[in-house]
Amino acid sequence: MTLTFFWIFGVVAMAAGLLCITRRSPVASALWLVTTLFALAAMYVLLDAQFIAVLQVLVYAGAIMVLFLFVIMLLNLGRPGPSDLKGPVGLGIGALLAGTLLLQLRVLGHAAPPAAIQLPEGTMAALQQQGMVASVAGPLFDAYLIPFEITSLLLLAAIVGAVVLAKRRL
Amino acid sequence: MLLEPALVISAVLFTLGVAGVLLRRNAIVIFMCVELMLNAVNLTFVALAQRLGVGGQVFVFFVMAVAAAEAAVGLAIILAVYRHKQTVNLQNINILKG
Repeated sequence: MTLTFFWIFGVVAMAAGLLCITRRSPVASALWLVTTLFALAAMYVLLDAQFIAVLQVLVYAGAIMVLFLFVIMLLNLGRPGPSDLKGPVGLGIGALLAGTLLLQLRVLGHAAPPAAIQLPEGTMAALQQQGMVASVAGPLFDAYLIPFEITSLLLLAAIVGAVVLAKRRL
Repeated sequence: MLLEPALVISAVLFTLGVAGVLLRRNAIVIFMCVELMLNAVNLTFVALAQRLGVGGQVFVFFVMAVAAAEAAVGLAIILAVYRHKQTVNLQNINILKG
């Protein structure tokens, strides 16, 4: 049952991703990308990552995509213009490179993770007992505290950088 | 047991993102394709976190923060370029070419 639902959302995500890269209008592309992001959020729930699923909807489908749509509409690019796909040569080379990459990723997917990093039996069950928010927040504020603080610095730099870049005159 | 389908879907999504970056010329669409690639990687992280511990989910958190920062700065750059060139088509944006 879970597997069926997972595949349904997976097919939705892949189809929406394909439509996202083929639509001519940037607004249509953005909306298909939002569909992909929602399907991915559903898949995160099925993968026992409820907290990440909520973050996905709030941060990605909410904040980041609104930013994209905002810029598209600010620049008045909503109407589909002439196709911006590359010519036949570029199309062929791009498709070939992408196909090769897919093949490589599939081969990599069959590699088994080394036994040294496998979790002992029952660890995930214990974590679920603890609640998924707590089990993500625990390591975030413990083992990953320094990266977490650096992330806040990065976001501050991004805010300042965005204002400096987008402002006409300081 | 969901690991195998998750890796398949993730590989396809990442490839779609790469294909989009290679095939499109609209800077904003290329940017969205980069987001698609980041999301494909996130799916791999979450799928492997189920088996290898919640460290993967913590990494997804960091990837999202970096993606948000990247989107803010990147879109600001696109805005600044549009103001100079009146276009977001990468064919016409070649000021870095000597």
